[in-house]
Amino acid sequence: MVENTAHINARNLNLWFETKQVLHNVNFPVYDKKITALIGPSGCGKSTLLRCFNRMNDLIPNCHIEGKITLYDQNIYNSKVDITEIRTKVGMVFQQPNPFPKSIFNNVAFGLQLRRMKKSRINEIVEDSLKSVWIWDEVKDRLHHSAFSLSGGQQQRLCIARALANDPDIILLDEPTSALDPQSTAKIEELCLALKDKVTILIVTHNIAQAGRISDYTGFMYLGEMLEFAKTKTLFTVPKDKRAEAYLTGVFG
Amino acid sequence: MKINIRKLSELTGINLLRFFIVFTAVFLISFLYIIFSRGVEVISWEFITKGPIDSMTAGGIYPAIVGTFWLTILSITFALPLGIFTAIYLVSYAKPYWFVRMVRIAVNTLAGIPSIIYGLFGMTIFVQILHMGVSLLAGSLTLGILALPVIINASEEAFRQVPKSFRDASIALGATERQSIMRVILPAALPNILTGTVISIGRVAGETAPILFTAATFYSHNLPSSVMDEVMALPYHIYALMTEGAHPAKQLPIAYGTSLVLLALVLIVSAIAIIIRYKIRKNRKW
Repeated sequence: MVENTAHINARNLNLWFETKQVLHNVNFPVYDKKITALIGPSGCGKSTLLRCFNRMNDLIPNCHIEGKITLYDQNIYNSKVDITEIRTKVGMVFQQPNPFPKSIFNNVAFGLQLRRMKKSRINEIVEDSLKSVWIWDEVKDRLHHSAFSLSGGQQQRLCIARALANDPDIILLDEPTSALDPQSTAKIEELCLALKDKVTILIVTHNIAQAGRISDYTGFMYLGEMLEFAKTKTLFTVPKDKRAEAYLTGVFG
Repeated sequence: MKINIRKLSELTGINLLRFFIVFTAVFLISFLYIIFSRGVEVISWEFITKGPIDSMTAGGIYPAIVGTFWLTILSITFALPLGIFTAIYLVSYAKPYWFVRMVRIAVNTLAGIPSIIYGLFGMTIFVQILHMGVSLLAGSLTLGILALPVIINASEEAFRQVPKSFRDASIALGATERQSIMRVILPAALPNILTGTVISIGRVAGETAPILFTAATFYSHNLPSSVMDEVMALPYHIYALMTEGAHPAKQLPIAYGTSLVLLALVLIVSAIAIIIRYKIRKNRKW
């Protein structure tokens, strides 16, 4: 069997908010065209870790980061890197669906308009992106209606489409279903499985079952450390770490 | 029979509040009634389309309406962009904290300064030092500075009401801070900024003191032909009718008529603001 390749890696990542160290020496690979899940109890730093991958933590004052995240051999924390360029290659979807107060079309076209792409090309990409999140048929006749006219689940899929329109190498999902009902959640999970042929996915989830259902690899985080990283099957059946085992069996949560 | 003191004091309290409400309402209603009943007799098509004649004892107030219109438009044109960009700076960029605090204190102090002092300031800076003379331009700039604190505060408030998640989404899609502001945050905040601005229009249109030494003229034959001309203005016209001229008895009804027109204009502008705000709140879903 061919070993999977990882073009995205976290290396010796440490992060402090002011003087409080939140991430301790985190190392793990994000394999191409796979779904990698980050799980762990609340406050373990998994969302913070996720936000390191598109440098969203830069927005937080007094946040200090050491270590590397490499994206195709380029360290995204290198000071010469164009951070807006990185963020088009690393898409992100947030916990709460957060479409812009704009039309459905303009939501998806946002990233493309920033880069002054041609109108005809934008139209194509918007259509493709909406199709790839299975929402095209539902919205094709009302592309110029407000994005807020969509249901929560549809809004979240719109947000995924918006990230995909930038043609990213990877998309980061930060508990994307925790604000959604079970049906919409199932749809998003199904969508993730379909999308992984095209794009690498790194997902933070509170829901252990969700990680088990959709991910290929899982990292277990505890108090800012990654205690175990393995194939999901392995981690869920024979966890090496005692605390991972306890978390997975529901001893604590 | 035992008197229930708690019930009694409750009843007294409520009735006291009722009394205050009625008292306020009586003031407002009698105010509107007096202005309307005394002003309405001189209102006619002529009154709002012709200039004053016979040394202000007859004719209309058209030049004053035009003057107030231009003073208001020009002052807002000047103050709105300046106010919005100041607010953007305060909300998104300004560091360190003490600097922001100082700017904010300055803005709030500016808001509390009596308007006659704006008039003196405008006269010194615009009329004399910058050689604009008593002109539409000097008056508009003075009124603009008067409106600035209101617009800055309204804009800042409007920006703070835009959810942070919009900015996060925009940044995460590769937008710069500036692009996020111009393409997402400003459009989302704009309706509220404009409502705040419309309210400041009411204030600007009604001010007399700031234009006293900077723009207003007692009487002008012609409409202003450039921004360097002196203009007539509604509030100043009322002041002039009441303090100057040889026929106070004939001028008084005209002053009431002018007041009614000014009041109507301000109320119309405020009503527009309320309608806009209502429509936006109904459509807004965040």
